[in-house]
Amino acid sequence: MGALGKPIILMVAMYLFLKFVLPNIPGSAPLPSSLIFLYLLLTAAGIIIFETLSGESKDAFWGPMQRFLTGENIGGLQALRYGVLVLFPLLVGWQTYGSTASSDAPPAESRTIHPAPPGEYTGLSNPVPKTPENIMQGKGFYAAFCSPCHGGNFDGKGPAARGYNPPPANFADPTTIAMLQESYLFWRIKKGGVGLPIEGAPWKSAMPRWEVELPDEWIWKIIMGEYDGAHQSPRTWE
Amino acid sequence: MSAIQQGVGTIQRALRAVDGQGGWLAGLLLAVAWLALPSIGLAAEGAAAGPTEYRDIPYIGARNLVWIVAQLHLLLAGFVLGVPIFAWLCEVIAWRGGEKRYDKLAKEFTKLLTSAYATTALFGGILLFLLVAFYPKLMNYLTDVFFPSFLLYCLLFLLETATLYLYWYGWDAMQYGNKKTLHVFLGFLLNFFALFIMIVPNAWATFQSSPVVISEGTAFERAWAATWNPTWWPINIHRLIANVVLGGYICGAYAGVRYLSVKSTEDREHYDWMGYVGNFIGVFGLLALPFAGYWLMREIYQYNQQMGITLMGGFLSWLFIIQAMLIGVLFLGSNYYFWLGITYRIPGSETKYRRAMLMMLVSLLLCLAVWMTPHSLVASIEEAQKMGGAHHPLLGVLGVMSAKMTVSNLMILITFMSFVMYWRAGKQDTAGWATLGKAVMGAVLVLASLAVIVLGVWGYFVPAIVRINYFSTSQVAIVGFVILTITPLTALLLKSARTTTEMVWGSMPPRAGYALVLNAVMVILLMTLMGYARSSSRVHWHVYGVMRDTSPYAYSPALGSASLIMAFCTFFFCILVAFIFWVATMGDKYKTPAGGGKGELPHGIPAMAGGAPEARQQQ
Repeated sequence: MGALGKPIILMVAMYLFLKFVLPNIPGSAPLPSSLIFLYLLLTAAGIIIFETLSGESKDAFWGPMQRFLTGENIGGLQALRYGVLVLFPLLVGWQTYGSTASSDAPPAESRTIHPAPPGEYTGLSNPVPKTPENIMQGKGFYAAFCSPCHGGNFDGKGPAARGYNPPPANFADPTTIAMLQESYLFWRIKKGGVGLPIEGAPWKSAMPRWEVELPDEWIWKIIMGEYDGAHQSPRTWE
Repeated sequence: MSAIQQGVGTIQRALRAVDGQGGWLAGLLLAVAWLALPSIGLAAEGAAAGPTEYRDIPYIGARNLVWIVAQLHLLLAGFVLGVPIFAWLCEVIAWRGGEKRYDKLAKEFTKLLTSAYATTALFGGILLFLLVAFYPKLMNYLTDVFFPSFLLYCLLFLLETATLYLYWYGWDAMQYGNKKTLHVFLGFLLNFFALFIMIVPNAWATFQSSPVVISEGTAFERAWAATWNPTWWPINIHRLIANVVLGGYICGAYAGVRYLSVKSTEDREHYDWMGYVGNFIGVFGLLALPFAGYWLMREIYQYNQQMGITLMGGFLSWLFIIQAMLIGVLFLGSNYYFWLGITYRIPGSETKYRRAMLMMLVSLLLCLAVWMTPHSLVASIEEAQKMGGAHHPLLGVLGVMSAKMTVSNLMILITFMSFVMYWRAGKQDTAGWATLGKAVMGAVLVLASLAVIVLGVWGYFVPAIVRINYFSTSQVAIVGFVILTITPLTALLLKSARTTTEMVWGSMPPRAGYALVLNAVMVILLMTLMGYARSSSRVHWHVYGVMRDTSPYAYSPALGSASLIMAFCTFFFCILVAFIFWVATMGDKYKTPAGGGKGELPHGIPAMAGGAPEARQQQ
């Protein structure tokens, strides 16, 4: 094996780390296969780059593979060579079949999280003054209408959250509402899941269309309450 | 459409009729019919009441044809406008420093430029005809807004053409004395006109994305208001840098291909050196490009939240993962080329720098892993359930801009240090302050890297505007500070350094040539990808919010189908460039080798990077 052994060990170790170690770190979860594949691809690219930096390391890396596949007088490895030459195309064929054959499993999702809002909702500013009273009132509305799903702690873990896939947004996560302007939230709350544009369909959102139940002013107050409660700030340009 | 279908039916009937009459007749008829089809389509549209708004072409479609021609024109234009910048800089280096090899290199760059210029203009002309033919309503509107700048553009083109002819054909005649000064001035003028040739049509394209429309005033005032739109200067800067990157990498690829094919040692040395210079120029631009791109996106986001979200969070957001991959390959390819240079051109250096190269490689890969990690992941239902949604609870934080900005800055730092390492390889410091100098440089690098990371992490805990306006700009400023500190310090150190190992040109392995070609392909793919992004971000508008696209092609193509056009454009552009270069260099092999003596060839010092004074004196 020689110089070939280290890269193989590294690839296996990386796979085991991504598959079994990283998911068990507190606060983590299993990685989807697409991400594992991506990281393994980068690892393989790194190995090839490093091993071909000099003539010696390149020969040490490719040499055994080349000898195995094309060399003469390899003795007992001859049978293994034929095995590889037969099995490798079969493996490729199997993979190709597996990825193209019809299956009852739903396709992997590459869901777009932030659909673009309609033009009439861009650039709106919150008309409600940001006073402690209004924020408190917004939190009250939030507790009544939003917290069953989005959680009393604004963390997306309300009592009804378990029933939804995808789960309700976690506002305490700095990568959700902190990235958005208030006008965006206003549109999403007002129009709900049914008001999402068709550009990135199929959307999956159980968000009610709150415009039929709540006046605009309440929605703006809820937005203030959400940001305050989740300890986040909306995106602004000032 | 019915007229087109009728036309197709007619052809099919004709084909059946000639069955058995010989394949040539069928082929001829088919060719005539195919050529006639567009006119059928055009006539069909033209027969409708009112002014014609759109025309179409069968099979390929008007939008796809315009897309391909526009993309090819833009790629050629990027090359034609980027190359004069560094060709002229090379000439200035030769003029001021007396190193003739730079003059020879500048001339070779300009030779490629001259042959590509006509093709660029040709594609520009085709694009104009296609736009006028297929999109008369839009072109009427744009002409109404931009009429004065159309005239200016024509004038600029005349001036650029005349200057290029003088610059190229006068090269040998204006080699010495005041004539050389005049030639250098012509080179400056060439770049001056080229800059304006780029920014004038940029105004038309950016107006479509971020229009500023005023109904009052003279034609000039209206054109000026439309020109000075919010994304005009961000695009100007971004394209200017991108053109240098494109030009550098394509010249590098040209040198790489020539390097792989030439036989003589002299040619191998020359094209090895030219490949190095091409890669250096590409990397030099690449270091600044992410900053310009970030500024552009910021302006787009600020101009219109809808467009910003469409690009970065909406249906185009996956495009940026592909972009990350392409940029990552470009960074890896450029660094790989530097590292191969250390190993092969400076014998004995590999042992010394192998560990450093490994550390840099691992750091680059870690950064790339972060850059390529999407915010919402591709996952099956089971996987999504295990993660608790499309966001991974731990790695999801890597999917937002704070992380991306941090790693892109770190990758720039690493690449810069790769270059510094290459620069220093084969030299031994003799200056008394060398130890202190290197300690200062090391400290600057470490502290800067830490500061970039700290700001990146801190960015999660501050309002978006603080992160965008202060933290991200600070990260850029820190990287700029490192580059501006370490470059002169290294140059000073090397001024008195002793060369321990002479640089051996022409000793690179074939994979170095392939790496140069790979870099060029990556940058072309990147430009085609971003062309699609810029155009698709307008969604169903010709002029965003002002003129709606009411053609059958108002939809934005999905990334998968768009990638077919991108791949085709990349492939066709490479073929086109290869053909142009082949034509440009066709006569070279028949020239006598006299005059191109070894004395002019590079020995011992890296291009554009200074070097040991002894080596310079030898030249």
